[in-house]
Amino acid sequence: MEKLCYMSALELGQKIQVGELQVREAVDSCLRQIAAVESSLHAFLARNEEGLEERICEVETGIREGRYSGPLAGVPAAVKDNICTRGLPTTCASKMLEHFVPTFDAEAVRRMEAEGMILLGKTNMDEFAMGSTTETSYFQITVNPWNREHVPGGSSGGSCAAVAAGEVPVALGSDTGGSIRQPASYCGVCGLKPTYGRVSRYGLIAYASSLDQIGPIGRTVADCAALFAVISGRDEKDSTSSGRPLETLKELISGGLKGMRIGVPKELFGEGTDEEVRKAILDAARSMKEQGAQMEEFSLGLTDYLIPAYYIIACAEASSNLERFDGVKYGYRSPEATELHEMYRKSRQEGFGAEVKRRILLGSFVLSSGYYDAYYLKALKAKALIKEEFDRAFEKYDCILAPAAPSTAPKLGTSLTSPLKMYLSDIDTVAVNLCGLPAVSVPCGLDSKGLPIGMQVIGNRFQEKKILQAAAAYEALRGGFTRAGLEWR
Amino acid sequence: MAKQYETVIGLEVHVELATATKIFCGCSTKFGGRPNTHTCPVCTGMPGSLPVLNQKVVEYALKLGLALNCEINRYCQFDRKNYFYPDNPQNYQISQLYLPICHDGYLEIDVSGEKKKIRIHEMHMEEDAGKLIHDEWEDCSLVDYNRSGVPLLEIVSEPDMRTAEEVIAYLEKLRMLCRYLGVSDCKLQEGSMRADVNLSVREAGSRGLGTRTEMKNLNSFKAITHAIEGERERQIELLADHRQVVQETRRWDDNKEASYGMRSKEDAKDYRYFPDPDLQPVVISDEWLKKLRGEQPEFQEERRERFQKAYGLSEYDAGILTQSRHLADLFETVADLSGFPKKTANWLMVEGLRILKEKGQEPEELSFTPKHLAELIQAVERGEINHANARLVFEQILDADVEPLHFMEEQGMRMVSDDGALAAAVEETLCENPKVVEEYRSGKEKVFGFLVGQVMKKMMGKADPGRVNELLKKRL
Ligand SMILES: [Zn+2]
Repeated sequence: MEKLCYMSALELGQKIQVGELQVREAVDSCLRQIAAVESSLHAFLARNEEGLEERICEVETGIREGRYSGPLAGVPAAVKDNICTRGLPTTCASKMLEHFVPTFDAEAVRRMEAEGMILLGKTNMDEFAMGSTTETSYFQITVNPWNREHVPGGSSGGSCAAVAAGEVPVALGSDTGGSIRQPASYCGVCGLKPTYGRVSRYGLIAYASSLDQIGPIGRTVADCAALFAVISGRDEKDSTSSGRPLETLKELISGGLKGMRIGVPKELFGEGTDEEVRKAILDAARSMKEQGAQMEEFSLGLTDYLIPAYYIIACAEASSNLERFDGVKYGYRSPEATELHEMYRKSRQEGFGAEVKRRILLGSFVLSSGYYDAYYLKALKAKALIKEEFDRAFEKYDCILAPAAPSTAPKLGTSLTSPLKMYLSDIDTVAVNLCGLPAVSVPCGLDSKGLPIGMQVIGNRFQEKKILQAAAAYEALRGGFTRAGLEWR
Repeated sequence: MAKQYETVIGLEVHVELATATKIFCGCSTKFGGRPNTHTCPVCTGMPGSLPVLNQKVVEYALKLGLALNCEINRYCQFDRKNYFYPDNPQNYQISQLYLPICHDGYLEIDVSGEKKKIRIHEMHMEEDAGKLIHDEWEDCSLVDYNRSGVPLLEIVSEPDMRTAEEVIAYLEKLRMLCRYLGVSDCKLQEGSMRADVNLSVREAGSRGLGTRTEMKNLNSFKAITHAIEGERERQIELLADHRQVVQETRRWDDNKEASYGMRSKEDAKDYRYFPDPDLQPVVISDEWLKKLRGEQPEFQEERRERFQKAYGLSEYDAGILTQSRHLADLFETVADLSGFPKKTANWLMVEGLRILKEKGQEPEELSFTPKHLAELIQAVERGEINHANARLVFEQILDADVEPLHFMEEQGMRMVSDDGALAAAVEETLCENPKVVEEYRSGKEKVFGFLVGQVMKKMMGKADPGRVNELLKKRL
């Protein structure tokens, strides 16, 4: 029999609901796997130990009494460390917030708790979600479960690695420019970046508010859809959250590929994209076509402007969002400082890592007087034009197919030396955030080094159903995906 | 001959809105709570918290904007003003720069009979900051975020004022509008109205503007007047001396009655304003505006004219009664209930305002049941209570909202109003004092007072002196 820790979240939930499996057994299987692999994986920054026993009992009783009757009740999960959890440290993988414990739960976490899910811990990430490898974490390096010499991707690298290695069946990540989809592709798991406004950002420590979105990570499309159904929906505490009606889990993943119009933008398959990645995705497209999808290559304009527009907007917002970390109210305060401005300067100098500082500087620059029009406003204009490009594409297509990243996971220690190169590798994912679109990354093969390749299915705003439906149908065609093959001991 | 100079003044006025909750969270705006008790993750800038706009703030801004004859930006947004200071928990203030809610309006002022339009450049919504308190004992600074996130409107005028009188008239008019609308209590001393004065001088007849300074920390009309006069002289002296006025912010010191330069604008901060991505743009619909237009109250001028016409009040009296919407409302209700508008006006203006002045209170603080005052006035007019006693009852109504008729009865102030008893007392008095009657009849009118006193004595004070006079005169 398959090891319990590799069972899908929905199957676990179903067995728990009918009494075939105890919540405790499900949790224990994860804890055993964590004990086995964590010392080399380093996916977790904090574990939810205190109160776990009590929570298991509470959920077991709740399930018996019918209070928790959803498909994920009793299912263990992990949460990225930039999402607030009451009483549990939330550090954004930064020295700045090393000892920060929130007084409230993020809305997405609150909804998971209300579903009866069991939170096992907080996962590693790039510092303040700034990075594509999880290597900018102040605390530790998470490795790729498929090959420990490679990065898991980022910034939600901890969550994706934990799910891939069977530590938890599902986890929450956040996606500002690809931070769910890219590590999901590197780790061979599924990751959904929902439409902007679908999931409340309340309790998500902001990187770039107009681009950030919390999303689910799982080993199957259905698991992602199930967790998405739990966390999505209007929240009064987030003015940007949407009240659009939601589909049920069943509606989200059923329907198949027949008659679906799918566009393949040739600009995202060109120079800079690994041949192996290109081939794997085009093969997947071919198999989808055989199932009745209409596949068509098309030209997506303005792709040269994606990276500059994204980094200007994201850094501008970040420079302001991160101002609150000043040593006054919470977080790191330099012990050296003797006067106010020195305290600001030293606390921020010592508390933030290099990549965070780079983006704060970049963002402060593009907002400063004299440059605002030339950079920030121009980036907003580019964003509006890129949106029009996608609007036009979605008049013709239900979904757009693209790589989740131009290559598979790079080796540890090779990315941070050239930030610009790292930024450029976000080419496949940032458009989705600029336009507020939903997109899912689903594994579609391995490269010659045995590292997973991810295919991205992008939809129009609020069309999660279409992309999940397409991804689920493709996943069924593809068949079971090889498990991360590491021997851990 | 010495050169003539003209003063050019523009105002930036902050008005604290009278909403029950803060602008971006549900915390109370009440004044005076223990430090950091009216706070939550949003107004203390906790990581992960998000602002949600209080619609009441927009409504108040629109109401004042309409009263100031402003254009309304039907699509406006909030911007972040970035600067580091501990009273500002996020290190950015949520304000409006690029698309403020109102712009291009005016306010008409009246200075010694001359009407003048002061143009409004723009008006925007923003959040207040917390308060820093320096603890000398511990040698550290503490911050209280109770005021953080309290809604403010900033009203920026054009440099259209020329004298301190015009400035005061502008502020009084603005305060009257805010109070009539109920959007703010506008107390300078408590900081719910704050005015920064931008002032420059230029040679009379010149059209260009001189270098201006901005004065802050002006907590009373007196301080504003003195600051303007002092700054005008200071600048004229500089110019007469062929020296430059430095563009700077100056802080008024109330104790020293002088202003001091704070920092020059040369090292002006770059606030890196940009639209706040956490908040959706505010879209103001036709229906909403229409509804608010319909709800605008009758302001002082219209009301004053109506009071003159409908109640026969003098312009002066009507002006005083309409200074405060609350006072005008009270007057109108009591006048209608009692049927004696002029008497009502007298009671409120002479006795009412005297008592308020003694207590150091504002007309807004009058809180009694209008019916009670109406009953008292009627009792006076029916001759059931003499004036001295009526004043006592009036004080009781203001203090404790007593029911006057009941109170008069209890205190034995109610006068015998049936003329029978009074007539008998008059007869008795005349019989008992034939000599005095004789003296009076022979032209010694001074003795009349003695007779009145005798009658009152018989009535144990419970008689209307006017009626006593009347009856006595008739019999003599
Ligand atoms: Zn609050």
